[in-house]
Amino acid sequence: MTDEPREFPSSTPRPEGEVEELRRIWARPEGLHKLTAVNNTDIGLFYMGAAFLFFHLAGVLALLMRVQLSRPDNTFLGQEFYNQVFTVHCSTMMFLFAVPAVEALGVILLPQMLAARDLPFPRLSAFAIWAYVIGGLVFFSTVFYDLAPNGGWFMYPPLTLTTYSPGDNADFWLLGIGFIEISAIAGAIEIVVGTLRTRPPGMSLDKMPLFAWAMLIFAAMIVFAFPAVILATMLLEIERSFGWPFFTAARGGDPLLWQHLFWFFGHPEVYIIFLPAAALVSMIVPTMAQTPLVGYRLNVVALIGTGFFSFGLWVHHMFATGLPALSLSFFSAASMTVAIPSAIQVFSWIATIAAGRERFRITTPSLFVLGFLFIFAIGGLTGVMVAVAPFDFQAHDTYFVVAHFHYVLIGGMVFPLFATYYYWAPMVSRNMLSEKLGRWVFWLIFLGFNITFFPMHITGLLGMPRRVWTYPAGMGWDGLNLLSTVGSFMIAAGALLFVIDLVRRLRPGEPTPENPWNAGTLEWLVTDVYSTRTIPHVTSREPLWDQPNLYADVEAGRYYLPGAPTGGRETIVTSPIEGEPQYVIRMIGPGWAHFFAAVFTAACFLLLTIKLVWPALACFVLAILSCFVWVWELDREPLAEPVDIGGGIKLPTYVSGPMSHAWWAMVVLMLVAGSLYVTFVFSYLYIWTVAPQTYPPIGAPMPPAFEWPFASGALMVASIVAFKEADRFRPQPGAKNLLAPLLIFVGAACLLAGVGIESLGHWRAGLSATETSYGAMVYMASILNGELAFATALMAGYTLVRFILGKVDAVRRTTFECTALLSYYTAGQTLFGLALIHGFPHLIG
Amino acid sequence: MTKRAGIAARAAPLLLASCGGVQSSLSPQGFEAERVATLFWVMTIGSGVILLGALLAAGIAIYGPAGWRRRLGGEGIILNAGVYLPVAVLSALLVYGFVVLRATNPPSGIAATKIAIVGERWWWRVQYRDGAGHLIESANEIRIPVGRPVEIELTSADVIHSFWAPKLAGKLDMIPGRKNVLRLQAKEIGVSRGQCAEYCGGAHALMSLYVIVAPEPEFEQWLAYEGGAAAAPATEQTREGMRLFGANGCGACHAIRGTSAAGVVGPDLTHIGGRMSLAAATLPNDEAAIARWISDNQHIKPGNLMPPYRIFSDRELSALSAYLAGLR
Repeated sequence: MTDEPREFPSSTPRPEGEVEELRRIWARPEGLHKLTAVNNTDIGLFYMGAAFLFFHLAGVLALLMRVQLSRPDNTFLGQEFYNQVFTVHCSTMMFLFAVPAVEALGVILLPQMLAARDLPFPRLSAFAIWAYVIGGLVFFSTVFYDLAPNGGWFMYPPLTLTTYSPGDNADFWLLGIGFIEISAIAGAIEIVVGTLRTRPPGMSLDKMPLFAWAMLIFAAMIVFAFPAVILATMLLEIERSFGWPFFTAARGGDPLLWQHLFWFFGHPEVYIIFLPAAALVSMIVPTMAQTPLVGYRLNVVALIGTGFFSFGLWVHHMFATGLPALSLSFFSAASMTVAIPSAIQVFSWIATIAAGRERFRITTPSLFVLGFLFIFAIGGLTGVMVAVAPFDFQAHDTYFVVAHFHYVLIGGMVFPLFATYYYWAPMVSRNMLSEKLGRWVFWLIFLGFNITFFPMHITGLLGMPRRVWTYPAGMGWDGLNLLSTVGSFMIAAGALLFVIDLVRRLRPGEPTPENPWNAGTLEWLVTDVYSTRTIPHVTSREPLWDQPNLYADVEAGRYYLPGAPTGGRETIVTSPIEGEPQYVIRMIGPGWAHFFAAVFTAACFLLLTIKLVWPALACFVLAILSCFVWVWELDREPLAEPVDIGGGIKLPTYVSGPMSHAWWAMVVLMLVAGSLYVTFVFSYLYIWTVAPQTYPPIGAPMPPAFEWPFASGALMVASIVAFKEADRFRPQPGAKNLLAPLLIFVGAACLLAGVGIESLGHWRAGLSATETSYGAMVYMASILNGELAFATALMAGYTLVRFILGKVDAVRRTTFECTALLSYYTAGQTLFGLALIHGFPHLIG
Repeated sequence: MTKRAGIAARAAPLLLASCGGVQSSLSPQGFEAERVATLFWVMTIGSGVILLGALLAAGIAIYGPAGWRRRLGGEGIILNAGVYLPVAVLSALLVYGFVVLRATNPPSGIAATKIAIVGERWWWRVQYRDGAGHLIESANEIRIPVGRPVEIELTSADVIHSFWAPKLAGKLDMIPGRKNVLRLQAKEIGVSRGQCAEYCGGAHALMSLYVIVAPEPEFEQWLAYEGGAAAAPATEQTREGMRLFGANGCGACHAIRGTSAAGVVGPDLTHIGGRMSLAAATLPNDEAAIARWISDNQHIKPGNLMPPYRIFSDRELSALSAYLAGLR
């Protein structure tokens, strides 16, 4: 639709008052209303601030641990407190700092790099952030009143079952962290759709900045990896609360199931953190060398390769569990493979530095990049070492591994993050950060880091296991530990100096310095609250270097969307591959509803943790109601005419179906649900492998007779038919039609009834959920289907109300479409589950 | 700079070897640990060379003469150093790793000594079998014969633990519902230390053990003695200690073979006086430490499953400790 001749930069003069109107539309809420803000720069900075706060809080815990370990037989922290401290340190760093910090960077940088006015789901981002901040603060605060989890960040059962961890401590981890994972997934959906659909016109995938590539892969990895840990936390919490024996060996469960699920998430998690950070380096190095990245395509392949391989090597965290040699060899080889994409990236940075038009500029960001190269290289090399199974038998769970993963995570993520702070500060702040203090910050952190963590390699080889709160004298560990403690305080001094610099110099707001590093990508265009004045047409990977006068033309309103043709917040949606403009998305502004949705969701989970079930339920209802209020303003009435986005191009403002961003988000959500279900299927089959003699195991009946699954399956099919028919009977705008709402009602009811019948069948057959792990798994299938059916029913009810009020019709379809998509998915998943649960025992029996 | 780095590189192995403590994987006393230590040094030196190469390339890229920089500044270096070289090096390493993984110990064909160890919170239940197959139970210390294959069956009574005696071999987890078998063979006689390597809650840090490698005849002699009943108390004081042990219900949890004490909850104390340590290598083994343990164990090893007994007078406590210390 955009093949008509373009005249960009256009020479048509812009009308008076256009900029003022944009400013009014995108105005920042002030005062208490700041809580309602949704614009990416505002909430992104807040997001980053929160993540950075957690970084420092967890860092303080690290210092406490280092003081405790500075000498043998120390009693500075007691055993119980130390165990809580290391659990909270790891959990906070992984879940409350690393992943949110990267998502925050995505929220801040992506719209700028893509010159979008905002990401497509502003309130979803804001919801995710508030949920995370509230949940995170409550989770962290448990360390102050002896309620913090103490099972280690990977929470291995049986240690974390009620028998061995009776208090609420473990529940804070399971519900608190589980809930924050949901927030991460919400962010991931935003990022997938944002990178694929809100790029500037002309920016085909092969012109996308590497950071956007990395964020796309990052978000896709979250979509596939996080469901595994969400399922794991569900299973463990259900076993703790209701005694369903998923992990209890005596009743057919297996503690190793947890480890498989946890590491299926946990290993990709490392790359989830690392890939975006590596891509930040790929953005900074070309600027400092003043030349395009050497090997852009190889880098993209490397990013995708890393993402792909990272799902195939989780078992290397389990080498010492007694696996057969064949598995060890396979996962050993897979683990080594992932070193190759990293090597590609390292040498592409070196090649870029060498290819520079001028000598590589040694600025503070460059120093952090070079520090990252050195530290990450060591972490990568020790990573290859621990990938060799026999060496891992010695190194596993020792300080060698502690050293290794700090080299990888601090080297691979924190150093690039500091480089990012120095490099991108002038994008959001009137001042740059101090280059002079920056050198001090770098050298303190760099030297402190190596002094802290390099000795740990040796401490580990000398036999010191990780997670010990004390150690005896005479093991040869004393001096090394003292050295590590000294180093850790150097890091702290560096971090403190950085905060001082931040407080002194960071002044968010306009005007920002004009492209201070002479970088080539779009985030250095001049911005205001509405982002860039116009959305440029991009023809190069480094548009600011290659497209002459782009800077001024964008600012003068000579590109896309110079005004606000619909009178509200909007940005251009482009096609996912080629970046052709497709439609104008009308976005939603500040509001309270998503904020309260986040507050009540957080409250619901936290009240559940301390077993206040009824208040939790009340918060759940309030959260759902808040969500309804939030989305009520979405799916607005379609405008009859396409709008002019400049240069004589007219785009529609309402689309549905596969072109719409809502459809894309729904599909990503279905992928999340699908991943969750696949990990469940894995768990079901895994339980069979550990109890292969008879199946179902002794004490559990065969699945009920054929009528039961048949009835349930027939209801699923009926639900699909009902929603399909409802789609056909949508009325023309303005007309009414009772058949469509009736069909929606029937479709949702069939889903609920079908799931109910399935559970009832097993219950009538005498299957117990608490006696065998098999029984627990069978009912778990229905829980997963039931959750979706329940969600579909809620959405169906919402759609019905909108139908009745004339807000759904033959054109205005998005609300209905999202509900229908979820209903089809639910029916499909349930049908698959019926085949598995009823077929498999017969197949192997 | 280069000279100093050179010295440091040569000094590093010496440094590590010299401070190799009782629990160091770098001063091996077993065939398995030795092979892994060799593997470690090969990989470390290789990694060092690779790291230096990468740093050199980075140095040239930043500070090198224009001609060198031009040669580095293309996709060639990415393919050569980022793809081909790693593929070659990693393939070789993978094969080497397989060889170490699958290596069997010389000399094969000798029947292995079998030991079963059960991980408990937070101690080790150790079970031997004598020639007739009778169970001999001990705790928190293992003895093995030198030069003979040993098969250690590892299980858990509660949570996941991991058995790790670094001087002999790598670690292997003890997982509820599973049975893992660790095969190792000691090369030299001597005493070393092992520790639980999988976080097992509470007093995980205080769950260690001593491993004593002895010549085979000495081991056989020890095993025969270990299988016997406890020594009868010889003095008035130790007889009083034995009476106190019985009268205060210690036998509900602990067994002392040859007496009425037959508890199975806590460690077997039949020959406790002959062990190198108390409380899973937390305390030295002498009368004073035993007394401290009985009355104040929750401060020594917080959370351990034995309640502190403060009911004894000093004289009673001495008697009880003397009795236990005498069970050699």
